[in-house]
Amino acid sequence: MESLTLTDGEQKYYSDLFVYCDTDNTKKVASNGRVLDLFRAAQLPSEVVLQITELCGATRLGHFGRSQFYIALKLIAVAQSGLPLRVESLNSVKDLPLPRFVVAKNEQEARHTAMYPDSENQGSYQGVIPRPPGRGQVKKLSAHEVIQPCVPTVEPQLQPDTTSPVVSPHQSPPTSPHWRKHKRQASGGNVERQPVVVAGAVWTPFREPQAGPVVSGDGMWSANSPPPVQESWVSLKDAHPPSSSTLPAIHSSPVQENSSIRTVASATTTNETQRQSSGGYDDPWKITDEQRQYYINQFKTIQPDLNGFIPGSAAKEFFTKSKLPILELSHIWELSDFDKDGALTLDEFCAAFHLVVARKNSYDLPEKLPESLMPKLIDLDDSAEVPDQAPDVGYSGSPVEVTPNKSPSMPSLNQTWPDLNQGNEQWETFSERSSSSQTLTQFDSNIAPADPDTAIVHPVPIRMTPSKIHMQEMELKRTGSDHTHPTSPLMAKPPDLSEETKLATSMKFVTANSGDGYSSSDSYTSDQDPITSVVTRQRSHSGTSPEGLKVVTAPPPPPPRPHASHSRSSSLDMNRSFAAVPTGPQSAGVVAYPPAVPPRPLPTQTSGPHSGHRSDEGLAAHSTTSPQQIPEQPNFADFSQFQAFAASEEPSDDGEKHPESLPVEKSSEGAGPLRTVKSDNQEERAAATVNSAKGSIMAPPPKPVRRRLKSEDELQEEALPLKSNVIATVLAAQPSIPRSVGKDKKAIQASIRRNKETNTVLARLNSELQQQLKDLLEERISLEVQLEQLRPFSHL
Amino acid sequence: MAVCIAVIAKENYPLYIRSVPIQNELKFHYTVHTSLDVVEEKISAVGKAMADQRELYLGLLYPTEDYKVYGCVTNSKVKFVIVADSSNTSLRDNEIRSMFRKLHNSFTDVMCNPFYNPGDTIQSKAFDSMVSAMMVQAS
Repeated sequence: MESLTLTDGEQKYYSDLFVYCDTDNTKKVASNGRVLDLFRAAQLPSEVVLQITELCGATRLGHFGRSQFYIALKLIAVAQSGLPLRVESLNSVKDLPLPRFVVAKNEQEARHTAMYPDSENQGSYQGVIPRPPGRGQVKKLSAHEVIQPCVPTVEPQLQPDTTSPVVSPHQSPPTSPHWRKHKRQASGGNVERQPVVVAGAVWTPFREPQAGPVVSGDGMWSANSPPPVQESWVSLKDAHPPSSSTLPAIHSSPVQENSSIRTVASATTTNETQRQSSGGYDDPWKITDEQRQYYINQFKTIQPDLNGFIPGSAAKEFFTKSKLPILELSHIWELSDFDKDGALTLDEFCAAFHLVVARKNSYDLPEKLPESLMPKLIDLDDSAEVPDQAPDVGYSGSPVEVTPNKSPSMPSLNQTWPDLNQGNEQWETFSERSSSSQTLTQFDSNIAPADPDTAIVHPVPIRMTPSKIHMQEMELKRTGSDHTHPTSPLMAKPPDLSEETKLATSMKFVTANSGDGYSSSDSYTSDQDPITSVVTRQRSHSGTSPEGLKVVTAPPPPPPRPHASHSRSSSLDMNRSFAAVPTGPQSAGVVAYPPAVPPRPLPTQTSGPHSGHRSDEGLAAHSTTSPQQIPEQPNFADFSQFQAFAASEEPSDDGEKHPESLPVEKSSEGAGPLRTVKSDNQEERAAATVNSAKGSIMAPPPKPVRRRLKSEDELQEEALPLKSNVIATVLAAQPSIPRSVGKDKKAIQASIRRNKETNTVLARLNSELQQQLKDLLEERISLEVQLEQLRPFSHL
Repeated sequence: MAVCIAVIAKENYPLYIRSVPIQNELKFHYTVHTSLDVVEEKISAVGKAMADQRELYLGLLYPTEDYKVYGCVTNSKVKFVIVADSSNTSLRDNEIRSMFRKLHNSFTDVMCNPFYNPGDTIQSKAFDSMVSAMMVQAS
């Protein structure tokens, strides 16, 4: 047979018919009773039918395949239009009306027109439709009856044909469901009805028998609509036994549901009919006012706030009551949850409800959400309108919305988009909320990834707190309540620290985290905290990378700040204690700290002895110098020492030794402070002048000094002679300090301090030497290993 | 050019697997299955920093003579595997990433559906259509 081109409506219609006829579900229809009935219903002379059968090739095949069936249907339409039966006419005839089949077919057509597309269609369909609207529909029915030739014949059944072919395209979708319903109805025992094809689908107003049934239907509708629908879908089925009498049995539950839905639907049957008569094509998915009102009521039962959301779980429960398969419910959800937030707004809920209703009436679910079901933010406005429109018209029962609603709804669609966008914001916010309630994969807040860091960081700052506080307190003490002041040296430190090691940066980062975490409530600026923390860390770990890394995971040890800060003040003890402590574990790093103190007087003395004095000499010099230093008062003496040192340094700077000693100092711990002291001399003096407090004087300088020391430590190079020189210089420097005060007490104190300083220097030197020893031992071991590796070969 | 797209659950059973050439599907199923080993290996390698951008695009898992296998893991250990045909111009990395992103978005939409029980096979039509679109355009 030639290829057949069918319009969409025709396609649907034909497929529905085919399905209907395909009782055996074999995809090919034998000339069984259904087909014959169908053809007979076409009200064509039998010879025409025979001719059609021949043309379509069924005679040849002995059965109707799908294509044959379609061709036959098309030919029937051709014949019914009065056109000669020709094969060519299959495709040549344009705008061919759908084949009309009396009774059964008529119903289909009626359905087509009425059904699905719009309540309008339905209403126009004549009697079928106006289920809920009943009253209005009755009138319409009368009107339709006129239109529908079949009415009288179809009486029990829906007014099928009435719809003109024009409407048929609209009808086609309905027909399919009709057909299906039809089948179901058959099972329901409405064999008769079947041909009528329950317009079923949702809006089978068609069904509504015309006058009487309509009335009763109306009664039913009005009565049942809210209750049955509200009773949950299950009860819908039960609700309409009476209706069966009036309505085609087909309707039974679905119909009843439909009717109830219809009742809910807006009532503009008149409008609908008008539309239908005018051939207006409406979206079958539109929600009538009644329906919408019903949906809104249902929404309220779940979520009183019309602007609120129904969470997914509640919606799931609700729609599960409809007894639709989960898969279909899932699909409905996908269609209706427009913003994909796991919750339903009023619009979404109405759309979902509508889809469920449609599905219950065996309407196929669309692949995409129909436009009319798109969530509209003007929903509430529509619902406000619903009560106005709903009452009178009668429930045309068509699913089509009331025109008034429709018109605003359609443009509202356009308008809703921006609203949707705005609403999406709400929805999005809600979605975060709701999705958090969802147990599913969502990682709305990607805080999780950050958690480990924060988890790591948080403990750190907690621990850091005390140190920070401590540091800050120290700062305060030292600087005297000036926040900025402590930060300045601190500020100065981090850059220096960062220069030293990469760890500084990493540590800074970590400390920053911790600092941020900690400093959130801290009065200090976050800058200070991380800086201080970094500084403290640096100090504590003085450039040891492993320690720096450990800082990230483990609370940093309390920063040696105190001892760093007290370089020369009476807190010398602290210095010493700190010096003693660090020298043990950390020979290189911490050693830097103690030197901070001693160098000051030492440099002044270095200018004197200089050059390669051995430690012995230095010591001797030191001893000699100590009395010189004794008169110097501790604090003021420091100051004076600074000055003296500065004074001594200045001339000594010229000396070559200084440069020499400087590198020497660099190499040694003692050198560190010396050099730093030298360079910091200016600063120290300035600082000293600035700070009247004893301790405070030391505070700023020690820090820079410390820094230098650290850098120098890193730059350290093992050189015993260098160290000895340093010691010598240190020791030598001591006696060069002039005594400003001649008090014995002060002198004694000064000497004590000097001695202590010397001790620290020596201790540092010792540690350095030990370090060198270790290195050498390691080298030796490595060499021995190499030797052993080579030895076997030598054996061979 | 994705010829096969698979979504594997945390317990390493497939939630969704679809191949474009309907015939010879078994081969792609097998490929996806073997690629899971590579995925696990990559996960454990990256697992050091657990929060290290868990939604990880694993990239090319391994190439064979005909096709390349790409993988992506989500925070919830759901793995996406794309088998791409390498006969055509090899897809750029960005394209693969965008495909994974789309997959992930559709997957999250599926998850949002309260009627979907995690662990069920994905039967969402929207997901299907998205995957089909990806495969059609690719091949």
